Amino acid sequence: MALQVDQAVAGEDTGREARSRRGAPRRTGSVRTWVEIALLAFFAVVMLFPVVWMLETSLKENRDVYAVPAKFLGFDVTFHHYKDVFVQRGGSGASDLAINFKNSVIVATLSTLVATALGVPAAWAYSRFPMKLKKDQLFFILSTRFMPPVVVVIPIFLMYRDLNLIDTKTGLILIYAAFNLPFTIWMMKGFVDEVPAEYEDAAMLDGYSRLEAFFRVTLPLLIPGIAATAVFALIFSWNEFVFSVFLTSSEDARTAPPAIAGLIGGTTVDWGLVAASAMVFAIPVLIFAFLVRKHLVAGVTLGAVRR
Amino acid sequence: MAGIEITGLHKRFPDGTVAVERVDLSIRDGELFVMLGPSGCGKTTTLRAIAGLERQTDGHIDIGDTRVDDLPPAERDIAMVFQFYALYPHLRTRDNIAFPLRAEGLREEEVDRRVTEAARMLQLEPLLDRRPSRLSGGEQQRVALARALVRQPRAFLMDEPLTNLDAEIRADMRTEIKHLQARLGTTMVYVTHDQIEAMSLGHRIAILNKGRLEQVGTPMEVYDRPATLFCARFIGSPPMNLVPVELQDDALRGSGGLALHAPDGLARGQAVVAGVRPEALELVAPGDGAVPARVVSEEALGDEVIYVVETGGQDLRVRMPPATRFAAGAAVGVRHTGGAPPVYDPETEEVLA
Repeated sequence: MALQVDQAVAGEDTGREARSRRGAPRRTGSVRTWVEIALLAFFAVVMLFPVVWMLETSLKENRDVYAVPAKFLGFDVTFHHYKDVFVQRGGSGASDLAINFKNSVIVATLSTLVATALGVPAAWAYSRFPMKLKKDQLFFILSTRFMPPVVVVIPIFLMYRDLNLIDTKTGLILIYAAFNLPFTIWMMKGFVDEVPAEYEDAAMLDGYSRLEAFFRVTLPLLIPGIAATAVFALIFSWNEFVFSVFLTSSEDARTAPPAIAGLIGGTTVDWGLVAASAMVFAIPVLIFAFLVRKHLVAGVTLGAVRR
Repeated sequence: MAGIEITGLHKRFPDGTVAVERVDLSIRDGELFVMLGPSGCGKTTTLRAIAGLERQTDGHIDIGDTRVDDLPPAERDIAMVFQFYALYPHLRTRDNIAFPLRAEGLREEEVDRRVTEAARMLQLEPLLDRRPSRLSGGEQQRVALARALVRQPRAFLMDEPLTNLDAEIRADMRTEIKHLQARLGTTMVYVTHDQIEAMSLGHRIAILNKGRLEQVGTPMEVYDRPATLFCARFIGSPPMNLVPVELQDDALRGSGGLALHAPDGLARGQAVVAGVRPEALELVAPGDGAVPARVVSEEALGDEVIYVVETGGQDLRVRMPPATRFAAGAAVGVRHTGGAPPVYDPETEEVLA
């Protein structure tokens, strides 16, 4: 889809340029703007329609969900699907989905913390210290990401069975951290490279040890980079499906993505509940990315250090 | 305060390049010692080895009575000012200056007192609450100096601290550093590639080239009698004229008929290279016993005029007072006015006499 968009826009561009070269550049310029706006609006509608439809479905009564023709506007708004996401139907207490969401929060947060806590010092070491076969080591670290999870999930399942990590949150935290670590090391190494080593040299001459220099000088300067890296790691852990579906079976350990997928496939599908839980699932990452957006931008432009 | 003894310092990097080759230096207590050389000569590596940021392959470094070979930088009790200042960007000026004091775990009142004192010494009081990004280059450098001297270390190391400043501020800072050093009496090792900085600052200068020590001496010793042809080319602007000469009849004679006083201890007929400073030559009207020459170019610098003249197939640089006027292409006479110049062996490139 993305490829088609690019091609369409590129084709439009060259066509317009060819015409504008022939004459009347001002008029074609404004026509061009209108064509751009129309195209962008069209693609925005195509891209956002599923999200809007999901939002509508989550707010519709069941009879409106199945209405033919589909009701785009003018349906009765209800929040009982959202209530069903969190509260057990026909009773009190937390629903299974609520537990799944709680698991997702725990697993995503802790695995991101572990990956960051291990990855940042590793990136620092790879950036600062001379090492034998440094490039090969870094390539090896990256290569663990070459295989998609589904390729390695069976051996990991067997290992986890022997280690009693099947169907535990700890197991998921460890595997997500392991999958995020190479990414964290590579991305953070770029950020550490941007911080001049002279700051640490200066701190060491000012009376601090190598580690103190790292913690007191380099680490504060890396915070934007850490925030940017952590967001990506968090999103991976939050969205991860394959490991969770294979390595967990009970509601105690299962995270939200396979749980939501599991709602589909019975004799009847409660589309309102599916849509509501998907909306709830999407919100935390949006909020988190919004909160750290300043750091995300700062992280990208960290290279602008005056030298 | 302490002197610094460097014996047989050798540094080979893992890729095989030898940055410093068996260098011996003896820096006296309270001295402003300048290490001078072109880029890649090993001066910065030597400085970093003194600081402990680089571990030497071989040789020893003593600061005062302490052998510091195996001490980390923090335990060597020295302060360093970097070419790029290396002010901590996330800390205000005040905290930048206080940073080394906090490492010692001093009480906050004491930290405050010493920061205020250092800030006063370098006129930084109005800047104490700014971050480095809001300081000019000269201000950043003064903060870096304040951070270095606030701890009263045994020695200062300066790694090309003025290179990144504008020419105007550079001259001011040079004076300021010289005064500070004189006032505090602290040993200072100053690395630069700028020979004017070296001449104007140093009590003594060490000239390095390709990791080797070429000469150590006071600025005037180095200027008047460069120990090697490299030093002769490096020190002085415009540089020394290096004239191939031969000893004939108690005088050194060059190809164009230029005759120089001969120093003692040369063999008759020996081919050597004489080092003649541009100010030891003068231009006169042609004839009158002067060597005939032709003006190739003229650079009027205001306070002096540098002429390049050609005689006997060789270009000579001559420094003259601003009143003189010889047009390019004019026929002139060249005369040597000084005493016997230093002469060099063209093979070993070392000074002979």
